[in-house]
Amino acid sequence: MASFSTTATVDDPRISLGDDGILPPVRDGGGDDGSGPGLPDYATRLRRARLGLLVALTPILMLFVSFSSAYVMRQGLPTLDPRTNALVRDWIPVTLPKLLLINTGVLILSSVFMELARRQIKGQAVLASAESAPGASVVDQMKIPWLSLTLVLGLAFLLGQWMAWRQLAANGFYVATTPSSSFVYLLTGTHAIHLMGGVLALFVAGIASLLRRSVATRSIVVDVTAWYWHFMAGLWIYILCLLEFAG
Amino acid sequence: MATHEFAAQESHAHAAPQGFIRKWVFSLDHKVIGLQYYFLALAAVFVGMFLSLLMRIHLVTPTAILPFLGDIKPETYLTLVTMHGTIMVFFVLTTAPQGGFGNYFLPIQIGAPDMAFPVLNMLSFWTTFLGFIVMLAAFFVAGGAPLHGWTGYAPLSALQSSGPGEGLGADLWIISIAIFCIGALMGALNFITTTLDMRAKGMTMMRMPLTVWAWFVTAILGLLAFGVLLSAGILLLMDRNLGTSFFVPLVTINGQLTGHKGGSPLLWQHLFWFFGHPEVYIAILPAMGMCSQLLSVFSRKPIFGYKAMVYAILAIGLLGFMVWGHHMFMSGMSPYTAFAFSIMTMGIGVPSAIKTFNWLGTLMRGRIRFASPMLFAIGFVSLFVSGGISGPFLAQPVLDIQLHDTYFVPGHFHLIMGVASIFGIFAATYYWFPKMFGRMMNESMARWHFWFSFIGTYAIFMPMHYLGMAGMPRRYSQMTEVTYLHGLIPLQKFITYAAFVTIAGQLIFLVNLFWSMFKGKQASDNPWEATTLEWTTATPPPHDNFGGQTPVVRNGPYEYSVPGAPRDYVMQTDPEIKPAH
Repeated sequence: MASFSTTATVDDPRISLGDDGILPPVRDGGGDDGSGPGLPDYATRLRRARLGLLVALTPILMLFVSFSSAYVMRQGLPTLDPRTNALVRDWIPVTLPKLLLINTGVLILSSVFMELARRQIKGQAVLASAESAPGASVVDQMKIPWLSLTLVLGLAFLLGQWMAWRQLAANGFYVATTPSSSFVYLLTGTHAIHLMGGVLALFVAGIASLLRRSVATRSIVVDVTAWYWHFMAGLWIYILCLLEFAG
Repeated sequence: MATHEFAAQESHAHAAPQGFIRKWVFSLDHKVIGLQYYFLALAAVFVGMFLSLLMRIHLVTPTAILPFLGDIKPETYLTLVTMHGTIMVFFVLTTAPQGGFGNYFLPIQIGAPDMAFPVLNMLSFWTTFLGFIVMLAAFFVAGGAPLHGWTGYAPLSALQSSGPGEGLGADLWIISIAIFCIGALMGALNFITTTLDMRAKGMTMMRMPLTVWAWFVTAILGLLAFGVLLSAGILLLMDRNLGTSFFVPLVTINGQLTGHKGGSPLLWQHLFWFFGHPEVYIAILPAMGMCSQLLSVFSRKPIFGYKAMVYAILAIGLLGFMVWGHHMFMSGMSPYTAFAFSIMTMGIGVPSAIKTFNWLGTLMRGRIRFASPMLFAIGFVSLFVSGGISGPFLAQPVLDIQLHDTYFVPGHFHLIMGVASIFGIFAATYYWFPKMFGRMMNESMARWHFWFSFIGTYAIFMPMHYLGMAGMPRRYSQMTEVTYLHGLIPLQKFITYAAFVTIAGQLIFLVNLFWSMFKGKQASDNPWEATTLEWTTATPPPHDNFGGQTPVVRNGPYEYSVPGAPRDYVMQTDPEIKPAH
């Protein structure tokens, strides 16, 4: 019976290898989910993950550039007053809750902790490779759970943002109250959603630890999350400055 | 058999899957994902074509009662226009060339075992699939699909009460596009990382096939453009559902104030077209890359001016972000701004012309093999030139104001963006089918398909230019009773007949595609005697692409008819050839 296949069997690679074809080295490591044989080495994986993150940050940047340009454009637009039939400015600046400053401090502190977590696990990765050397032994040191502390502060920041929204609402500023309040909710909300992605990544790193994934795999997850977290902290400071000084 | 050099492969990150679900449904293999994208686009293109047929029928017989569908009301006609455009642009022209062929062949052409992030790759496909389902769901909700056009201009698109289909249907339309953006961004991330980080030994950037360059630059365009569209979609959803006024000024509907004020419809246009114009190149660049590849292979000549082609792709990508304002000449923009956009738009003709001349230079004095992929590649060049020539007309604000809302514009963009890109997809299908399925497509059916498509395309879209110049407006549903347009109705009928015949021709392709999968002649590993890496591996390629090894690249991608070489092509993995002095 006629049939087709999109994948040839590996047993029968009709491939001309030439004289100097070399079989691939067997490495430990994991599959896509961090298990199984066959991953490239640690340095390659780390470099690739960082490059991927750098690329992934570009559209996030573009998203906020778009919002910022809309923010600036909307500020300068007059609107028609139906009572007087005249063009008037309807941009009423929102007084930002002071809580946002505290939240900013929390986020910056979490970013510091995140960096310490990144360095800590990187050190563990180095030690793990040193331990595998014949005759080497590593003395256990007291480990501060920087990653967990970052997670707690990240959640505290998100809770703080929610409380800031509640304060805004209590002061009469809802999403559709004024153009400026629309942007406050838009920018803070979109940033919070992105930070939740970072929180999720921290959970993944924690689960990887519980599942006893290799230190190398966890180190890569934490490294990439750390850079993402720093980016989110920087982005938040930018948003706060935009709302505070360009409003 | 040729001797190619291979080295130790960076081991494949995931083992060959066992079982139907992991192998064919939630596969991590870039080749399977490429096929999934391809067949998704194939399903979408037939939905889009069906909608266009309904539009064509309605334009010439607006009172016709269609079986199962009944009569087509004016608002239904606008729905057809909207959904045809959206489905074709997003789920066909963006999906097949990049998601389909790019996914399948980019890793192989650079000598990689897979994409950099296979799980993300799988997610990007299923996200896109979900987007398509949500888009189709808009047809079946209360009020039906939206009628605001694929450009979704506000305030029409921003108010739920602005017309039938602008309720839940429009929400689904926006959500679908937002989902699509996320899928496309995940795909772009993979394309860029893979190209930069996973090239085989010896595969320098300037040894990459032009297909890879095109997919790479397209991914960069997508990365920059889809984020902006996503932002616009979020603002639009907020205007529609949360009462904000980003895009809605003080407007009334049936004499009632809507409650919105102060928003700017032009803000939507800026954000949309900042995405929308690069989208043209997202659709056409992969086709350019494919056709560059094919013209060289089937002319048995190196591509004329490889470096110039690379720089032209980069220039087109860069300039593509600086010309969005030419879609807004009608919006009342300052003449000085319009002038700047006009100059930039005409400037983009320079790298486009470089590419065209290089394609012609490649054909010149070539030993041309008129196989079906080559026919479609030449057809692409023809359509690109024909559609491109009308571009400078529309790039001039004064002429654009006259032509903007006429049939001239659909004639222009269907030729250069729509069908030219589709011809690229056809060319790529006939070219890579043997590698993908291990069998050859039927050549006679392919030639019939080409002539139906080529003649049919010109018969449909060239008269539209004339209709436009004669003043026939687009987007209007019932024009048979308009006195001053009476003389143009026979031409509209001719276009409708041509559309029927052309679409019937596509059934030949469909039959050939599926028939050849099962009954086509067995293909050899390199049936076209081409040089790039996909032709060094088995047909179809094994799970890790190169049977556990990685090619070592020693030559450029277009070494044909090299003096002194034992045959008329030198594969990229062959021993290095010395340049002739």
